[in-house]
Amino acid sequence: MKKLIKSIAFFFLAGSVFIFQGCKPKGPQEAVVGNAASKVYVAPGKYDEFYNVVSGGFNGQMAIYGIPSGRLFRILPVFSQFPENGYGYSEETKPMLNTSHGYVPWDDLHHIALSQTNGEHDGRWAFGNANNTPRVARVSLRTFKTEEILELPNSGGNHSSPFITENSEYIVAGTRFSVPIGENRDVPISTYKENFKGTISFIKIDPQSGHMSIGFQLKTPGVNFDLSRAGKGPSHGWFFFSCYNTEQAYTLLEVNASQKDKDFIMAVNWKKAEEYIAQGKGVKVKAKYAHNLLDEKTHTATSEMMTEVLQLDPTILKDIIYFIPCPKSPHGCDTDPSGEYIVASGKLAALIPVFSFAKIQKAIADKDFEGEFAGIPVIKYESALHGEVKKTGLGPLHTEFDEKGNAYTSFFVSSEIVKWNVKTLEVLDRVHTYYSIGHLSVPGGSTRKPHGKYVIAYNKITKDRYLPTGPELTQSAQLYDISGDKMQLLLDFPTTGEPHYAEAIPASLIMPNSVKIFKIEENNHPYVAKGEKETKVVRKGNEVHVSMTAIRSHLVPDNIEGIKLGDVVYFHVTNLEQDWDVPHGFAIKGAANAEILVMPGETQTLKWVPDEVGVSPFYCTDFCSALHQEMSGYARVSPAGSNVPIKFSTGVIAPEGKGTAK
Amino acid sequence: MKKLKPLTRILVALSALSLITAYFVPLWQILMWAPQYPEGLEMKIWINTLTGEVRTISALNHYIGMKTIEVSMFPEFNYMIYIVGFIIGIGLLASIINKRFMLVSFLALILAAGVGALVDFYLWGYDYGHNLNPEAPIKIEGMSYQPPLIGTKILLNFTAFSGPDTGGWIFIGVGALLMGLIIYEWKKNK
Repeated sequence: MKKLIKSIAFFFLAGSVFIFQGCKPKGPQEAVVGNAASKVYVAPGKYDEFYNVVSGGFNGQMAIYGIPSGRLFRILPVFSQFPENGYGYSEETKPMLNTSHGYVPWDDLHHIALSQTNGEHDGRWAFGNANNTPRVARVSLRTFKTEEILELPNSGGNHSSPFITENSEYIVAGTRFSVPIGENRDVPISTYKENFKGTISFIKIDPQSGHMSIGFQLKTPGVNFDLSRAGKGPSHGWFFFSCYNTEQAYTLLEVNASQKDKDFIMAVNWKKAEEYIAQGKGVKVKAKYAHNLLDEKTHTATSEMMTEVLQLDPTILKDIIYFIPCPKSPHGCDTDPSGEYIVASGKLAALIPVFSFAKIQKAIADKDFEGEFAGIPVIKYESALHGEVKKTGLGPLHTEFDEKGNAYTSFFVSSEIVKWNVKTLEVLDRVHTYYSIGHLSVPGGSTRKPHGKYVIAYNKITKDRYLPTGPELTQSAQLYDISGDKMQLLLDFPTTGEPHYAEAIPASLIMPNSVKIFKIEENNHPYVAKGEKETKVVRKGNEVHVSMTAIRSHLVPDNIEGIKLGDVVYFHVTNLEQDWDVPHGFAIKGAANAEILVMPGETQTLKWVPDEVGVSPFYCTDFCSALHQEMSGYARVSPAGSNVPIKFSTGVIAPEGKGTAK
Repeated sequence: MKKLKPLTRILVALSALSLITAYFVPLWQILMWAPQYPEGLEMKIWINTLTGEVRTISALNHYIGMKTIEVSMFPEFNYMIYIVGFIIGIGLLASIINKRFMLVSFLALILAAGVGALVDFYLWGYDYGHNLNPEAPIKIEGMSYQPPLIGTKILLNFTAFSGPDTGGWIFIGVGALLMGLIIYEWKKNK
């Protein structure tokens, strides 16, 4: 009995100790160690080493950060109106957001592609995708303005975009959602398999101007295209896309598109497609899509509606596309700097398959296929496989590379970056991210010449990393030093919007070309006033056009009369300054269209529909000088049918007693 | 039959009465941490209900095909109040009847209830961790997700802990005290 009691007592005691020890495991908190602060400290007046062009996700913008400081320099409006500078509000920029559906004021920008020459960043343009109403935009890295937006017809959402070839020949746009295309689009949703198609658009980039046009469109079986990368070096001429929903589900995709063990990587031989086009095998089909272009001389965007697109059907035109099986709903599909390896990340898988371009070529030559999917050959998994990275983490998403043969893969579920060797497939190191990393970026990490040094994590969850600001929090990024064997956390920095893909580029490739002013003598805006003598107010029916100038610290004209109720007034404001960093703003009371901001040498137009009789003040909104507060004026609005003549002036003072209203 | 010492009688009565707290405090707790949940998620098991971030836990677990945790999953919540009531009654009875065999019975009952609860919890955990929806988005070859019975266990990106909460500790404390009392009685009456 005694023994029994003793042993029971021991059991309880031991159990308690075990429980206490087991309680509260160590959290993932890792202190920043060593000299992290000095590595990210950019002294006042000094410059960062890299520009980081970061997508803003659901805010539809791009943002420019400095690396390693993590400082935000600018938000660049692309697919959304931007109150900070009047983009999408001014008459000049409104056409930029025009689509076949009309004016779209807000879209979702996910990915960045910087232009390349010989597989390296050349610092000319940044491209971004509109995920919702499918479009691709080109932003100048000289002016940091959105210069062009091209809509994509026959697309149900533009996600696998805008990935770029190594000489910027093409950027691609693969539909995220397959949809019915062509003449008859009013079909039951349940006829997905027969009626829904995907498209991959190859957008040609003019090597001089950067102007975009749809070179051709591939019609594909109905699946979802997720992400993409161009081949490089030996694989130049090919493009690789990840596909999910090869189940062809059209409802509850969370479950129904996750059933197959393997989906596909789609390999596209675009040189082959070009051959077919040269042979006249392409088919021109009717389409309606907007092409919007900014003229740097008139500072004005125009929108043109395009009417046709060249299509190729790879089920008929053989050897353009091949499928390669890939485990569990692949997301990222990244080619390494050598161009030989394609890393595919099954977002529900626990391993990462790495495909070999040489093996894919051999498998195609040997017709080493396991069958067909919707008329497209499927290469045997093992025949295309270089190897699998085992015991990585959970939820692999994206991979970037350094110049030493290492890959850095983000893991959403296990919230970490895993470093591994591309050739040996050996896992080398892992670090936590805070929290649930999506994309990641190594400077030049998608090119043939990565700069290594840093990897930046762009996270999906921020939670407790900063002072809380209610339910809506800032987004978060982390900077890690990758120059040594072990990755080292250096910095947390907040980001705007939701950062998806981003690219980082050495400052030396951008900074020398950054435009400081627009030359006033090159301004060809139809309503420009290149000097105060050219200012005027002209009535055209019920439109009143004010060609106004702004210079420190006055607006010309600053007294305007003769506007009548029912008029539509356009203030064309030219900033006469030719000095760096002296923008002027313009706002008038009651303008339903907000404000504008005008760069030196530029003309921007604010539309104003007065809605009451009286005198409305207007003023410069950008604190431009010591007498900025004086930079203002008045516009008089008379009743409809009044006979007050158009009259405008600046600095004219009426003689005593004559200034009263008639 | 041997009678109990007065001190034992008082302590047995107090022990039985202390078990009334089981109706007002959680008995068991399951805690979970993940990289993106450094603050942890908790689930508290009471005598007749569940509290804590049960909804969040279910939302996360559905990816791997686990069932939605609901109070109605557990018929135990319908009769646990009576079992505990019965144990308290036996304890008070032991104090009143003032016989050593009643003290031993009281302890045996608590031990049996404890072991029974653990077995029951293990069986539920086994089913919850193994009986997964075959259509789950994430299926990992050979993985099952049975929560730990007592202690910690790593399940994918989660570290799970299972152990007694206040009410459970009171039961353990009462068990230990009763054992001490039996030893005390046994030594005094050799």
